[in-house]
Amino acid sequence: MSVNLDLATVWAFIIAFAVLMYVVMDGFDLGIGILFPAFRPGEERDQAMNAIAPVWDGNETWLVLGGGGLFAAFPLAYAVVLPATYPLVIAMLLGLVFRGVAFEFRWRDPRHRALWDMAFFAGSLVAALAQGIILGALLQGIRVEGRAYAGGWLDWLSPYSLLTGVGVVCGYALLGACWLAIKVEGSALDRTIRHARIAALATLGAMAAVSLATPFLAGQYFARWFQMPMLVALAPVPVATVAIAVLLWRALGRREEWPPFLYALALFGLGAVGLGVSMWPYVVPQSITIWQAAAPERSQVFMLVGVALVMPLILAYTGWAYWVFRGKVGDHGYH
Amino acid sequence: MANGIDPHSAALLLARLQFAFTVSFHFIFPAFSIGLASYLAVLEALWLKTGKALYLDLFRYWLKIFSVAFAMGVVSGLVMSYQFGTNWSVFSDKAGGVIGPLMAYEVLTAFFLEAGFLGVMLFGMGRVGKGLHFAATLMVAVGTFISAFWILSVNSWMQTPTGYEIAPDGRLLPGPSWLAIIFNPSFPYRLVHTVIAAYLTTALAVGAVAAWHLLRGSTNAHARKMFSMAMWMAAVVAPIQIVAGDAHGLNTLEHQPAKVMAMEGHYQSHADGAPLYLFGVPDDKAQKLDYAIAIPKASSLILKHDPDAPLAGLDRVAPDKRPPVAVLFWSFRIMVGLGFLMAGLGLWSLWARWRGRLYDAPWLHRLAVAMGPSGFIAVIAGWVTTEVGRQPYTVYGLLTTAESRSPIAAPAVATSLVAFVLVYSAVFGVGIWYLLKLMASPPHPHESGPERAPIRTAGITPAPQHVEGAAA
Ligand code: HDD
Ligand code: HEM
Ligand code: HEM
Repeated sequence: MSVNLDLATVWAFIIAFAVLMYVVMDGFDLGIGILFPAFRPGEERDQAMNAIAPVWDGNETWLVLGGGGLFAAFPLAYAVVLPATYPLVIAMLLGLVFRGVAFEFRWRDPRHRALWDMAFFAGSLVAALAQGIILGALLQGIRVEGRAYAGGWLDWLSPYSLLTGVGVVCGYALLGACWLAIKVEGSALDRTIRHARIAALATLGAMAAVSLATPFLAGQYFARWFQMPMLVALAPVPVATVAIAVLLWRALGRREEWPPFLYALALFGLGAVGLGVSMWPYVVPQSITIWQAAAPERSQVFMLVGVALVMPLILAYTGWAYWVFRGKVGDHGYH
Repeated sequence: MANGIDPHSAALLLARLQFAFTVSFHFIFPAFSIGLASYLAVLEALWLKTGKALYLDLFRYWLKIFSVAFAMGVVSGLVMSYQFGTNWSVFSDKAGGVIGPLMAYEVLTAFFLEAGFLGVMLFGMGRVGKGLHFAATLMVAVGTFISAFWILSVNSWMQTPTGYEIAPDGRLLPGPSWLAIIFNPSFPYRLVHTVIAAYLTTALAVGAVAAWHLLRGSTNAHARKMFSMAMWMAAVVAPIQIVAGDAHGLNTLEHQPAKVMAMEGHYQSHADGAPLYLFGVPDDKAQKLDYAIAIPKASSLILKHDPDAPLAGLDRVAPDKRPPVAVLFWSFRIMVGLGFLMAGLGLWSLWARWRGRLYDAPWLHRLAVAMGPSGFIAVIAGWVTTEVGRQPYTVYGLLTTAESRSPIAAPAVATSLVAFVLVYSAVFGVGIWYLLKLMASPPHPHESGPERAPIRTAGITPAPQHVEGAAA
């Protein structure tokens, strides 16, 4: 396994960065949606909603960058993966439609607020589940002939992909609960801590199950993880995961504000490292490498200029927007 | 057809319907939010400059409407960015190297800008100073314009591709100059025409809301101000749009003559001055226009600026390269007809203004209310003209629509299409209902912003009375 710093590699890291940003930032939005019914209507739910209302749109934009970036930097991968996961992509998009409008609609129509709360929950759940199953479908491999997807429209469905789907739902719920622990107070905070603990257990269980199942999907994964010298080089990954899980649990017990969220982020970071190790150098595991999928060099260079110039600005004003809405939300908003 | 692809397959038709449905729904919202974002920036600037509460009230009133429309634009746009991969994967593979980077630039320079500052614009009045808040509003408005810039460049490149190379495997690759790709021949025309269209659409919607409230009690100072501003826009911009549209048509004649032939209903060539068909019933089977009402030689006069200039018709175009005439013929007339009506409304308002009766002219107000949706209709009609006129190609002259499609079976495309229709009708139907409800309540002094939701516990920022202190 060698990594040369060529254009396709740089772009693989940029896309991975965008996807990870999405998973983390919209992950906590979707997680709050998934936990939404567990909060009491009224003050608790309003706090939960207010914790994300000013930032969800920016968070979701990372998904547009992930998808748009894949289209632009690895068009072949985009053209293969989307048809292969067609029903999932459509379900995810429709889920995000419901989730996105619920923010506005539930304020506009108090009489049907319960309905929009349901839409917020169901949309978030469907989107998270679909994203998780897409991940599993990708890892278990996609049938490609020539430059096109060559399977049926339900090939993605397997126990493994359902497992990754559930795993992502649990992980998002964990992120959401830890974000709320920073943002809310009162009875909502008590409830959040309880949910965070359940979600943490579920996430760790799912991570363990996925880690055990993945090496047996294909020869490459097994070789990558269990042969020397990778076995030794990668041993810190599971060890660190366990250590962080313990820290997370204790931080939740002490009702600390930021640490639980940071530990949850670290868990996701480790998961991403594991994924990267398994997949490299494929964008579509076992069939298309990043070099085969790469857009023409001119396209990748042109965009790289844009990313280099604009990404620091984006990070700066996104950070500023979060800073403006820092602190507890309270039940009638930001004071 | 090429590669033995059946241009009449059910899956192809369904995929086209799905694209047309989702993109038309999407565009309704940008058409409104591009204009409204600028209008909001103007209102806030006027408030900062004059200190008059009236402008702040109007700003808050439209901000609530903007927040609902914008949310619908965002979620329907998200769907669009995945449409290319789900239903048009061959197109994505073949053209991705050229248009992918332009769309990536749209995300980087426009979507993040809009989304990053939207939260502050909607909920931040009490949290940042007035100047910073205005800067956020400006950024959102600029973002919508940058977004239009890139996506229209993409669309225009598909209409009039330049600056590309063709790889041995048939993929379209960027040539040495990105400027040649971005500033392709139809782009400047399409950008000007579409951005003006968005401003007009917004002006007519604002004008209709104002007129509605004037009809119910003409003393409302807020409604008066809105009406006056909207009518200025209509009077000034509608004529500009007619000129821009004419220039756009000439550009299209140069690059996509078959499209213009279909728009004008010219099945036959005219060696010696072509007539302008005002009305007629296109018959694609017989390739002729029934019941035609025409002004002799006027089409040549408009398109060639010479009444006797010869004009080729669809009889010069290979049958499998002709766009469907009936749709184009009508959609074009709807757009142009509404354009002239808008200019007429603007003129009438000038006259009423000059006579000092702008706020006291019930029939003018009734017309303005009736014209409220006209911008949306014209915009959709314009896009239908543009896109249907491009058939049978997705990338004009290079890649046919039939070749562009994903290898997805018809039942899957049909199922997802039904899902989109059901969800969009329900969600956006309700959303539009909420918008109308917001518009139906008159703007008034001490208007609350979107941060203050209907029920006290639901608000996101302090009530307006706190704002002055916090913003100082
Ligand atoms: C002339 C302008 C225009 C046109 C032709 C289009 N759009 Fe659009 N789009 C906008 C103008 C716009 C906008 C005004 O900038 C929006 C509306 C609300 C918003 O967030 O930005 C937007 C939103 C928007 C979003 C959500 C951005 C976000 O998350 O903030 C996406 C992904 C797209 N669009 C993608 C598309 C695609 C793939 C199109 C073509 C098929 C398209 N748009 C046509
Ligand atoms: C009355 C004068 C008008 C004329 C002569 C005119 C002309 C045209 C032409 C020729 C096209 C097609 C160009 C192509 O496909 O290559 C077009 C497209 C379009 N029109 Fe118009 N138009 C007029 C009024 C309007 C109005 C009033 C609106 C909306 C408020 C509008 C909105 C659009 C839109 C959104 C498009 C599609 C985008 C584009 O190709 O620019 N038009 N118009
Ligand atoms: C928001 C503005 C747009 C509207 C309202 C619009 C409208 C339409 C319509 C009505 C069709 C169907 C034409 C037919 O079936 O005969 C279509 C097709 C298509 N459009 Fe657009 N379009 C828009 C922008 C774009 C842009 C920006 C792109 C490219 C990036 C694009 C790419 C396509 C493609 C690939 C098709 C293929 C399907 C087909 O041609 O039938 N469109 N569009």
